[in-house]
Amino acid sequence: MQFQVFLEAIMAKIKPRISVRYAEKATIATLTDEKILEENDIRALQESIMSVVEQAERINLILDFQNVRFLSSAVLGLLIRVSKKVYERDGQLRLCNINPKIHEIFKITRLTKVFDIYPDIESATEGLPEAD
Amino acid sequence: MPSSITKVCKQILSELKANDFSQEDAFAVHLALQEAFLNALKHGNKMDAGKQVKIDYVLDSDRIEISMTDEGNGFDPGSIPDPRVGQNLYKTEGRGLLLIRSYMDVVRFSERGNCVHMVRYKEKPQVGQKQV
Repeated sequence: MQFQVFLEAIMAKIKPRISVRYAEKATIATLTDEKILEENDIRALQESIMSVVEQAERINLILDFQNVRFLSSAVLGLLIRVSKKVYERDGQLRLCNINPKIHEIFKITRLTKVFDIYPDIESATEGLPEAD
Repeated sequence: MPSSITKVCKQILSELKANDFSQEDAFAVHLALQEAFLNALKHGNKMDAGKQVKIDYVLDSDRIEISMTDEGNGFDPGSIPDPRVGQNLYKTEGRGLLLIRSYMDVVRFSERGNCVHMVRYKEKPQVGQKQV
């Protein structure tokens, strides 16, 4: 199981809005806030995620929504920006652990067609190519 | 400031709870308030700090009605492109109105387009009676 190879020792909370851990093939960023609404929070979240993306030449990034209970469309815009950055650099972006109410927002906006969404981290990690 | 909506949301959500509205209702109203407020600030008032957004609401045992008015020139809701089609899917903005229409049972704009009136019923109207 890839979970078991997580390097928990280097799990680092790099900025207030995400906690990051590194697996064999993926970087897993867990969004720490329950509600993501305020413009400043969204900007901080974007900066945090983008800095993770920029750390690797080619990243397999899994965004874990397990803590998120509420978000606005501004966060969807942020996710689009992140995905563009990841794909520009030949990486992969996967989302997981999205609660049913939030998933409904993705379905209504048809962003389920844009993002690869998985039920949990384990399934999101499967089949990823080697990251640089 | 975007944070000024937080107080209004808190007040309305607490009244919804006290009046036995479901968590789904609360989620829907919260999202609609956030999206409408952001639209009013950004597209209505063009982020002019000297302009105000007026929020009126009436909470009844079976429904909540909310009106939000900005000091902008208004807009034609019919002119907003569908964010679910073609390249619009990859845009970072433009999903707020779709979410408001999806989560509220009635959404109407004033003739000028600077006031949105939204209704969410505790029990849904029969199919065919939904007004959008």
